[in-house]
Amino acid sequence: MAKNAWPAFDRRKLVGTRISRLDGPIKTTGVAKYAYDQNLDGMLYGRFLIAPYAHGNIKSIDVSAAEKMAGVEVVQVIRNAGDEFRYAGDAIAAVAATSEEIAMDALQAIKVEYEILEHIMDDTTTENVTGKARTSEDGDAAAGFAEADVVIEGHYGLAPITHCCLEAHGQVCEFKDGELWVWPSTQNVTGYANGLTKSAGLEANKIHVDCQVMGGGFGSKFGADQWGNVCTELAKAAGKPVKLMLERDQELMTAGARPSAYADVKVGVKKDGSIVAWESSAWGSGGTGGAGRLQMPYVFGGIPNAKVSQSTIRTNRGTQRAWRAPGHPQSALITMSALEDAAAAAGVDALAFYKMNLDKLDVRLPNAESVYTEELDIAAKLMDYKAKAHARGDETAGPIKRGLGISMHTWGGAGHNSNSDVVINPDGSVAVSCATQDLGTGARTALAIVVAETLGLPLEKVQANIGNNSYPPDSASGGSTTIGGISTSSREAATNALNALLAKAAPALGVDADSLEAWEGKIQEIDKPSNNITWEKACALLGSAPVKGSGAKPTADGVPLDNSQVGGCQMADVSVDIETGVITINEMVAVQDIGMIIDLKTAESQVHGALIMGVTYALYEEAIYDPITGKMLNADMEFYRLAGHADVGKLTVHMMQTEEHYSRGVIGLGEPPVISPGAAISNAVANAIGVRVPTLPLTPDKVLAALASGGLA
Amino acid sequence: MPTDEKNPPGSGFSRRNFLKTMGAGAAATGLVREVADTAVVEAASDVQGPGEVSITLSINGESKKLSVEPRVTLLDALRNQLDTTGSKKVCDRGTCGACTILVDDEPAYSCSMLAVEAEGRKITTIEGLGTPDQMSAIQSSFVDHDAQQCGFCTPGFIVASTALLNKNPNPSKADVDEALGGNLCRCGTYANMSSAIMDAAKAMKGGA
Repeated sequence: MAKNAWPAFDRRKLVGTRISRLDGPIKTTGVAKYAYDQNLDGMLYGRFLIAPYAHGNIKSIDVSAAEKMAGVEVVQVIRNAGDEFRYAGDAIAAVAATSEEIAMDALQAIKVEYEILEHIMDDTTTENVTGKARTSEDGDAAAGFAEADVVIEGHYGLAPITHCCLEAHGQVCEFKDGELWVWPSTQNVTGYANGLTKSAGLEANKIHVDCQVMGGGFGSKFGADQWGNVCTELAKAAGKPVKLMLERDQELMTAGARPSAYADVKVGVKKDGSIVAWESSAWGSGGTGGAGRLQMPYVFGGIPNAKVSQSTIRTNRGTQRAWRAPGHPQSALITMSALEDAAAAAGVDALAFYKMNLDKLDVRLPNAESVYTEELDIAAKLMDYKAKAHARGDETAGPIKRGLGISMHTWGGAGHNSNSDVVINPDGSVAVSCATQDLGTGARTALAIVVAETLGLPLEKVQANIGNNSYPPDSASGGSTTIGGISTSSREAATNALNALLAKAAPALGVDADSLEAWEGKIQEIDKPSNNITWEKACALLGSAPVKGSGAKPTADGVPLDNSQVGGCQMADVSVDIETGVITINEMVAVQDIGMIIDLKTAESQVHGALIMGVTYALYEEAIYDPITGKMLNADMEFYRLAGHADVGKLTVHMMQTEEHYSRGVIGLGEPPVISPGAAISNAVANAIGVRVPTLPLTPDKVLAALASGGLA
Repeated sequence: MPTDEKNPPGSGFSRRNFLKTMGAGAAATGLVREVADTAVVEAASDVQGPGEVSITLSINGESKKLSVEPRVTLLDALRNQLDTTGSKKVCDRGTCGACTILVDDEPAYSCSMLAVEAEGRKITTIEGLGTPDQMSAIQSSFVDHDAQQCGFCTPGFIVASTALLNKNPNPSKADVDEALGGNLCRCGTYANMSSAIMDAAKAMKGGA
């Protein structure tokens, strides 16, 4: 019997190697069909009319002219006279027309009278805080500060940013034979149908969801959302298929936002750099929704005397959505910035400072102190830290100042609930099916790797079926939970299928199934490998009936194949032009512990991507709202700036992957590496120019303003 | 808003005139490519809107007849009428490069060109550069280097990279940065992309 456990470290064939993603060829040739690419016969184009003001009531809405236009098939009022809207970009009405151009014309023909109400946009000060602050105190902060030799006070923060998925949110759908067929761009294939039952007027078992590829989610595409439901209603009313994808401006205003976070922080340290006191008062805004919970002080929650508070500002911006590692990038930026400011004030090297304070970690990661020590040492070596490090403020001549910065992070990443089926066919081919989704993370490829590894087969033998809710249910891909879930359920399913095959093959080899294994394309006796038959011959023994194995996370025997809790650290090397305020990234180093790695190639890609996303939110990204009109001023991709090819510098990624890491089991990787870049870059800039630029993004104007207040200028 | 308010009769404003003015200005500054655009505007000057007009486009070596309103972008015509959906609609404003195609072998944003302007030009889309079974050297190098994640930006980058290597078989890192400067990726695939392009350049020279 094959056991439901991962293979020994030295007996892996595919797991942990570098394997190209299976859907690479369809993506690079443009053949891959995303939701946005579905074109159905007779399909209509849906569009939203969106609120042009940040807050108001609808006084009147007249859609009669739009309804009469040739080519307009449905006009749906979403907010009627008397209804309130709370942010610019909120949906007022929707149309479905025979072409995109006619749909646009129809929106212009809708007459709306608005009553404009007061709005709140400013979240940069505590002036607009509503409700009570959440507060807590460990130890005695006042006593801690009294004991400190050096006390620093600073203001730190991050502006709101958006998800800016390249494929907008939305779906294509069609009612056929009394059932609904939907092609959404989603992170939640299994759960999507449930969000459409009311608008479709159907039970979830009559709603068929398919999403083979999707153009980015990052935490913003968990549900069917308003657009999914409106699309469904338009299709129902028209009796025709409808495509409804958000326009870019609405996408940026409505369909993804990371809450802002700001904090006033006080840190007390002894002369030698050991931290003795922390006090932070933080606030932020998630638009019309909550702002999420920060972890203060981040990672170093064991600082002996710590007093923290957090409050929320409701602003008239679109509601926040989970943005890759919710709350962590903000917590890391505020904490690591304040800590490095304290280290600099005490005259202690930042790396030495972090290492001497590792006894104040409060993370769930086992052996955290030694894990972070090892990671910091590896990062320092990769960065050539010793040679490059200098005290705060680069004293070399000329306008270009160079600096280093550090940050540390942690994340859970346990697997989510998942189910997989593995079918072994009499011709020797294998299929694994799981209603999971591949956001670009390589989930499809990982599933095939696990099954091929389990069955001792080359990857080409395994077909991975995902992205359809007719397959065994999985869960939403959020919080780095997918890989732990699907690798567990598929390993168990493949093991069970293999055991069914071994039972059939055992008589042919004259031994019990218990003494057989699948290895390198053969079924062989474990203790006597020369007693074997080929995989194909073994499968032919099945006659005409394929065998199937099912697996789940959690597993039937309760033995976990996944794990959780990781640590990572990152270092940034930047140059700052103190005449222009422009920051250049020279290098980013990421060291990441991530348990057992299924596909090293796509895992490294995830870390590269996280670093680049980090450079982007550190230097460029900000959803800028006009305080007067309440509109987003950069709801496009020219002024809502993403990093380009030339902006990212050298990226060095080191994955911790010894046998000890492998033996922990599979842990998710999507979130952890995106947490630290902002903090590391901000610290590197402070190290370069001798003064803190308080808030991200670190735009040239803010760099120059910071220099004007001190530092090297 | 009624259309007559936006574009009152007699105001003399039209996209065509606007493009002509742009072309003339650019010609005065000696930009060769802008002069070429002026010629296209002239060629399309018999197109009358509103209402659909019949045009014939050369897409990936095939002649395609279609009927479009003059305001329809080439990107929308490709995606909505011809089902060539490899070119992606992302910003729709000439910023992100996800809709990049080749127009007479030069990279161009298909969202920023009208379908009627494309008559008489040689249009190559991602679909014309290779198939999953027969990938171009650049495409297979992108796969080998994992130079894509969600993949939504990837076709635009492949087209831009193809244009680069066609012109410059020995690009430096700076050449790559410049040639791909008009394309954006959200997942963060730039690092692998650079190595993919460098390797593809080598492979293409080896094969020649």
